[in-house]
Amino acid sequence: MTGPPDGYFDAASTEPLHPAARQAWLAAVDAGWADPARLYRDGRRARMRLDEAREIVAGVIGAAPAEVSFTGSGTAALQIGMVGCLRGRARVGRHLVASAVEHSAVLHTAQWHEAGGGSVDLVGVDRAGRVDPATFAAALRPDTALACLQTANHEVGTVQPVAEVAAAAGAANVPLLVDAAQTVGRFAVPDGWGVLCASAHKWGGPPGVGVLAVRRTARWRSPLPPGERESGRSPGFENVPAIAAAAAALAAVARDAAAENARLATLTERIRAAAARWPDIALHAAGATTLPNLVSFSCLYIDGEALVTELDRVGFAVNSGSSCTADTLRPSHVLEAMGVLSHGNVRVSLPRGVTESDVDEFILTVPGVLAKLRAIAGVEGL
Amino acid sequence: MNAAEDPALTLDVLGRLCPAPIIELAKNIGRIDVGSVVRVLADDPAAALDIPAWCEMRDQEFLGEDATAPARAYLVRRAR
Repeated sequence: MTGPPDGYFDAASTEPLHPAARQAWLAAVDAGWADPARLYRDGRRARMRLDEAREIVAGVIGAAPAEVSFTGSGTAALQIGMVGCLRGRARVGRHLVASAVEHSAVLHTAQWHEAGGGSVDLVGVDRAGRVDPATFAAALRPDTALACLQTANHEVGTVQPVAEVAAAAGAANVPLLVDAAQTVGRFAVPDGWGVLCASAHKWGGPPGVGVLAVRRTARWRSPLPPGERESGRSPGFENVPAIAAAAAALAAVARDAAAENARLATLTERIRAAAARWPDIALHAAGATTLPNLVSFSCLYIDGEALVTELDRVGFAVNSGSSCTADTLRPSHVLEAMGVLSHGNVRVSLPRGVTESDVDEFILTVPGVLAKLRAIAGVEGL
Repeated sequence: MNAAEDPALTLDVLGRLCPAPIIELAKNIGRIDVGSVVRVLADDPAAALDIPAWCEMRDQEFLGEDATAPARAYLVRRAR
């Protein structure tokens, strides 16, 4: 198996395509190209690929195949999932609860709901980015139509107490939408969700495939005009080759998850231990349970954009939550909710198959990069 | 929050983006006596996070925002 490109440390944005996905995609463009809704031979072949893919995904997330729909993206899954729940429970009320550190697709949908006359409560997090289940439970009201929580945070890696929040939501009769984008294929999803969303390119599938799973028992009403595809939950002709590729990648990464999680956790621990010795670093989510492949830290007096650019120049691709790297010129809403140092931020998210020597090279390289940037900025000794 | 603190020094970093406000604060805090207060006028949204975080890393005392200031402002007491 060929590994990810050297120095690519931005798996939380997108995981490089898994070799099993490429293989399945090529097979499906040859044998799964026809309309899966048609009854002739080539249509049935495409339908078989689609059904197989649905079964694989359903198996990994703990759903019935009929509960799983494929969308055009993870964002589309979140939008349709959220708005469908709010619509299905409009008689109960128009109150929405979500954590303050959800993916921007969730927060934008919440803002949109609020602009349309709904009400929204965002539940804050501690310094490590973790939601307190009791605080989340206290935000649920008799008129709460939907609660949303991520399985793990995409910027700092903090694992959220989904099982506890699901129990509280269940007790309050509020459906819980779980954004599992960062963990599907790594960990089993805790039970108790009403709607689950994920995105194939985060686990090594191709872009353009989202997963929207809606429990049979969930009060979900489509916000879209009627359609025949994907149980009416996602519009348009299914991208069967991409969906087949997504499922093949998921089967492969889920099979190897336990060993790869342990290996990646050793490597991120090595980065954390090294970063703790670098001068003037704020290591985020320290002490919290985090994703095995993600480390986030901020470097005092350093411009996040300059840091990303310099690391790229020396061969490392990382993302930053600093405001200077965002179009909005605001720091990441996650770092803001945590109340931590936001400038000079680096998110290292290791892809599956990353080599140990690549990580060691990064650990050797960063101190020199920080020293160089601090010298240019004239901040040494401050 | 302590609006009654009388700043010994005001730093105007309005219009400057992170990490410039923090660098200015770090460069200038030595100009005031230990126990005195510096006021930082900063409209960069990151300053709200970064000034308290800097205080923690440098063992300085973050007093909060100065509600009496004409622009967004933060108060820091030199603790050492």
